[in-house]
Amino acid sequence: MNKKTVKNKNQKVNLSNFIQRAIIYAVLVMISIVIVTPILWIVLSSFNSGTSLFSSSLIPKNPTLVHYKELFTQTDFPKWYMNTLKIATINMIISVILTTLSAYAFSRFKFKGRKQGLMAMMILQMFPSFLAMTAIYILLSKLGLLNSHWGLILVYAGGQIPYNTWLCKGYFDGIPKSLDEAAKIDGASNMTIFVKIILPLARPIITLVALTNFMSPWFDFIFPQIILKSSDKKTLAMGLFDWVQKQQNTHFTRFAAGAILVAIPITILFVYLQKHIVEGLSSGATKG
Amino acid sequence: MKRSKQSTIFSVLFMGLGQIFNKEIFKGIIFAIIELVTILNFGYFSKSINGLITLGDKPQYFVDGIAKGDHSIFLMIEGLIAIAILFLVILVYIINIMDAKRVSEALEKGENPLNTREFFKHIWDKYFPHIMITPAIMFTIFFILLPIIFTIAVAFTNYSSPNHLPPRNLVDWVGLQNFKDIINLKIWNNTFLHVGLWTVIFAVVTTACNYFVGLILALLTNAKGIKFKKVFRTIFILPYAIPAFISVLVMRLAFSGPGPVNNMLSSLGISKVAFFTNPFMAKIMVLVVCVWLGAPYFMALMSGVLTNIDNSLYEAAEIDGATKWQQFSKITLPLVLFQTMPLLIMSFAYNFNNFAAIYLLTNGNPVNSNYKYAGDTDILISWIYKMTKDQNQFHMASVVTIVLFIFVAGISAYSFSKTKSFKEEDMM
Repeated sequence: MNKKTVKNKNQKVNLSNFIQRAIIYAVLVMISIVIVTPILWIVLSSFNSGTSLFSSSLIPKNPTLVHYKELFTQTDFPKWYMNTLKIATINMIISVILTTLSAYAFSRFKFKGRKQGLMAMMILQMFPSFLAMTAIYILLSKLGLLNSHWGLILVYAGGQIPYNTWLCKGYFDGIPKSLDEAAKIDGASNMTIFVKIILPLARPIITLVALTNFMSPWFDFIFPQIILKSSDKKTLAMGLFDWVQKQQNTHFTRFAAGAILVAIPITILFVYLQKHIVEGLSSGATKG
Repeated sequence: MKRSKQSTIFSVLFMGLGQIFNKEIFKGIIFAIIELVTILNFGYFSKSINGLITLGDKPQYFVDGIAKGDHSIFLMIEGLIAIAILFLVILVYIINIMDAKRVSEALEKGENPLNTREFFKHIWDKYFPHIMITPAIMFTIFFILLPIIFTIAVAFTNYSSPNHLPPRNLVDWVGLQNFKDIINLKIWNNTFLHVGLWTVIFAVVTTACNYFVGLILALLTNAKGIKFKKVFRTIFILPYAIPAFISVLVMRLAFSGPGPVNNMLSSLGISKVAFFTNPFMAKIMVLVVCVWLGAPYFMALMSGVLTNIDNSLYEAAEIDGATKWQQFSKITLPLVLFQTMPLLIMSFAYNFNNFAAIYLLTNGNPVNSNYKYAGDTDILISWIYKMTKDQNQFHMASVVTIVLFIFVAGISAYSFSKTKSFKEEDMM
């Protein structure tokens, strides 16, 4: 009798567990469909033989690679790819140097103006820099850097300083100061401590800063529109955006193919490193 | 008179004199050169600053294809740059006086003056942090601070089309007139209030939805006994991983008038839906797409928090007979809220300025004829962008920018003041 009730109860628990699980699976699959459908649509469209938005049915009737071929033979797309790669790489290098140097100074030294400097950085990082585009445009025209990649790189590298300096400084603060002091006793200079101790230990945050600075030129379509003019100077984001703006009905499938070639490397990089990115962001913001 | 006083007075009179008096010839010459260069360029400074004050007296005209006359906006930027340089020179001047005083006091105590090589080593050691931050400071001054000051300054001018647009016209300082206009002129304050209200609604609803949808996704993917967790998590992170400008453009095309969603609806016998041309529908679309884009970030964040919650808490609760709901509301929710609160506020500030989503999805449309240069889905930042880029209403754009900046900076500063790193700095 006693045994029987236990068994009954177990069955009940099993059944309710089963239903619960079934519901969860159903919800998970439904959400997956909502997320995947637009992505699938754009992927399939890029193989569609037509050119326009109207004609593209979800499943292409005569799948073709012709739009990918067009990208490389009839447009500036390969040039844009190289431009973006170049801007992203240089921006990443300059940004990491600027940010880590200043974060090291703010984290490890007491000097006059330190607090004011940190405070100013905190306030400045809240200003969306593209709102000052008129001033940036005139400044770059004075420097003769309009329609040049260097102009764009300087704006990117300058704009990221306040936020990333705080992010790095927070991480550097977490590296024990006793390490520096021990090295100092052994006769190490400030620069040696920075290069040999701080940088290796701060690898996670430096990776994050490098990565975000490498990726931002792939996303940004605002500054290139302001600074760059000629087609051979464009970046990918700007070029693709222009296609959709100007010719959304005539070259839709070409846009789809281009979008996929941009999205694939960035998405893979991101999914692969997402844990890293989210951890870095949250540690910078909460624990700092 | 004491030696230290003498050399200090020399340095006040002319940069570097005190140092030369202290027999630090090299240092003294460098200071003296800086002052000399500044004095020789007196004309440049006075002309630039005068230009900033007057903003020019003659609009540009052409003589034999060469532009003559004044361009008010160039004058403004040049004036600001001159002031920035002058500010740096004054800083050097103060350093020069302090240095003369300090060195001469050291000499009085019987220490030897440094030779050039020792001097450089001394500088490198003592001013190491200053040297480290100099490049970052220079970038910040010229690419962030200067543009911001320019933007603020424009709010006090009449820089706008059609009557005050250089090079054909001059721009003048107008004091607080623009601020008065945005309060008093009906068309401006109507637009400002409605766009501002929609901005707040948009930011609150998007952030709240992202947060809770993210939490639900995280709970589902962390539920006990679910297989393929990794597969689901990877799918759910996709919208965060794909470059936003691509996914938003795809959404815009998919839901556009002749797009596939409407095609599907009509093949099912349902009439077409005006996703982006009906004001209410367009607002709903904006919110839906923003949740599609933003929820995965919170899911990834909360998955981390959830896996870190000590399992013994739940075991203890189960022994005490707590229901699943009680476990969730008394253990999970408070812990998650506590850990993610600062990010919630940051996310609000981010959505408040979520330019890319609005600009790419609807471009602020449909146009509302009661608004000045704005559409129904425009938020403040996209309205500012339109006024600057398309309408040349720089003066009003700057006024709204200032208001927006104060609001967002206030929120972020508040949330930031709660973080540990801020408290450790003991900044206020």
